[in-house]
Amino acid sequence: MLTLLWTDIAVFALVIGGALAVWRSSKKEHLRRPWQKVFNNKVGVISLTVLLSFILIGVLDSTRIQYYKQLTNGELSEHSETLSVLDIVLTPLRTQVEKTYSMPFAHQAYAKEMKVSSKGSTQWIYPRLVYGGGHLTDPVADKSMDIAIKTMKGFGFGVLIWFLSVICLQLLNTRKSFFGWSPGIKNSLYTLLGVMSLVSVVATLAPYYHILGTDKVGEDVLYQAIKSIRTGLVIGSLTTIVMLPIAISLGLMAGFFRGWVDDIIQYLYTTLSSIPGVLLIAAAILMAQVYMANNPELFTTLEDRADMRLLLLCLILGITSWTGLCRLLRAETLKIREMDYVIAARALGVSRLRLLKRHVLPNVMHLVMITVVLDFSGLVLAEAVLSYINIGVDPSTYSWGNMINTSRLEMAREPIVWWSLTAAFIFMFSLVLAANLFADVVRDAFDPRSNE
Amino acid sequence: MINYIIKRLLYVLPVLVGVNILTFVLFFVVNTPDDMARMQLGDKHVSQAAVDNWKLQRGYNLPLLWNEQETGFAKAKKTIFFEKSVGLFFFDLGISDNGRDIVADISQRMWPSLAIAIPSLIFGVLANITFALLLIFYRGNFLEFGGLFICIVLMSISGLFYIIAGQYFVGKLLALTPISGYAPGADAFKFIILPVLIGIVGGLGSGVRWYRTLFLEESVKDYIRTAKAKGLSSLQILFKHVLKNAMIPILTGIVVVLPLLFMGSLITESFFGIPGLGSYTIDAISSQDFAIVRSMVFLGSFLYIIGLLLTDISYTLVDPRVRLD
Repeated sequence: MLTLLWTDIAVFALVIGGALAVWRSSKKEHLRRPWQKVFNNKVGVISLTVLLSFILIGVLDSTRIQYYKQLTNGELSEHSETLSVLDIVLTPLRTQVEKTYSMPFAHQAYAKEMKVSSKGSTQWIYPRLVYGGGHLTDPVADKSMDIAIKTMKGFGFGVLIWFLSVICLQLLNTRKSFFGWSPGIKNSLYTLLGVMSLVSVVATLAPYYHILGTDKVGEDVLYQAIKSIRTGLVIGSLTTIVMLPIAISLGLMAGFFRGWVDDIIQYLYTTLSSIPGVLLIAAAILMAQVYMANNPELFTTLEDRADMRLLLLCLILGITSWTGLCRLLRAETLKIREMDYVIAARALGVSRLRLLKRHVLPNVMHLVMITVVLDFSGLVLAEAVLSYINIGVDPSTYSWGNMINTSRLEMAREPIVWWSLTAAFIFMFSLVLAANLFADVVRDAFDPRSNE
Repeated sequence: MINYIIKRLLYVLPVLVGVNILTFVLFFVVNTPDDMARMQLGDKHVSQAAVDNWKLQRGYNLPLLWNEQETGFAKAKKTIFFEKSVGLFFFDLGISDNGRDIVADISQRMWPSLAIAIPSLIFGVLANITFALLLIFYRGNFLEFGGLFICIVLMSISGLFYIIAGQYFVGKLLALTPISGYAPGADAFKFIILPVLIGIVGGLGSGVRWYRTLFLEESVKDYIRTAKAKGLSSLQILFKHVLKNAMIPILTGIVVVLPLLFMGSLITESFFGIPGLGSYTIDAISSQDFAIVRSMVFLGSFLYIIGLLLTDISYTLVDPRVRLD
């Protein structure tokens, strides 16, 4: 049975809304042009493909299914379990839990342990891991060969799948051969080749090794890092959804009506933006924590609670971050309302609401577009910082910020535990880099001042 | 000029009142002092007496806005709003929830914050301008594309990474500087060098791009073309014309952040164990000391508004095109 949390619903609404927006803008020439520019840009296509792969993982992780476990006597258990589709795909990663820390690709635990040997004497040795390299009989000799073979296999399989899908696409589109396809599609397919072979290599290795090691309680770090993708995406995108309606409506109103409306709105955003962002967020989250602590009956499960906190964080981030876009839109609207075509429309007796909708709003949409894409990466990075100060997502939520926060103490260990931290930074870096590169291309394409 | 400044000052007041009301609503209306007391005392089944006692000690036992039990002017005066929020205007920040004088704490802790923030700002701006000028100088060259790409890469790395990596490699492996800590006086130098360095590197990506756009806007203007036609070398154009004319946005951009330097950097200070205002705030957040957080919110917005004011004034001083009426 499908059970969705609030953020899941928001994610789906966002994906559907995004798809609708793409479909609508593909029918309008003035919107298709800049997008065409993005697709013709190599960097744009590559980063878009990577971003879409991340989004696919996020969507899979948002599709939650509740089911009842079958007990040994054939009956269904009373306690239901909620898993996302991603969890089911990652079952080996999720269930193969070791005792405690282990290095990436290790077959032994990270710390020595007292073991009683068969002869009765106690030894101080590194115990073997249960799952990491557990299929090998002599790991010291065979491990590197085994890893190499599995990597090759995974790579070959990924390439094979890619070829098959390209052939399928070719069969669907018989008018042109692969070499005649537009460079945008070709670049996207080449990127997909990279993504697919990487995923395939990881998928072949992951059931046998902990590719990125395990954490303190023995959970696979790769699993944590992949699960964190959804949190990053939710924060980056939901926040903008909260922010947009406020920023657009207030910005347009201030610029269009001027007078006392303008004064009030300007006062609002000056006041709000004068409070240091982190402090405002901290204050709001502190208050939310107090509220949640005093109303425990509203949040029944741990999951609900964590989800609510994530949603609240997005809400608060949205409320604190609309001022920048609002100011931009106000300035732009002030310019547009004096344009000849707006004056002409007004002279013809077009109502103010219609004027705003037909003549002003479409002409500031490029600013909105650019801001949304630019803000995304900043928000993903901000999540890590906020979680570090404990005013971010709930500690039980998988997020890169939480991973970094917990592994800070591990850095002080001797020898140090570096893989959790590294994994979080690498994942965060690849998402943010893709988003930043994409934002750059989008900005160039949509900015009317940039030369054609 | 004086009139202009007075006018601007008068505009500042309502904003501060707004900030004050917002913090009051956030801290006292959304959640009552009772809720805060329960949260602080930890237990869900705290007795009402303990809650009352907690409130009494910190002066939260008064009504929010209007005290019916008092007479005359005291009706408005003996309230939480008057005692806790209005006092902020006169920098009467009161005592923190664990009984320390906030003003004394702040005046003591702002110096370490400044010791890190000022060199970070100065050297950061210098580094950003240098690299931005280099990018402009090599315009259209592969060096520019490489440089821009590196900027995006630098921007995409989390600030936490710079700190952790810096602490690990410079502090622990190479043992060039202490990993964290602080000492007053001249000894502070070895403690601040790493945080300052990391602050500069961490801001390089976005900083260089920002200054580059400033210079780029300037370098397509007509007078630059004239200078080129006159036969000036591109180095001369860059320093004598582009840099000089871009100074206005650069200066005003710096002026706006000057007052905020007092606040220090939250993350850097807490990672390096520097007893500045940033770590003060972080500690207050994690120990849920509402009085300190409230004071810092007010102080922060006050300093920001002062920054805006200074920016406006500096515009009138630097830019001859700006006229006051």
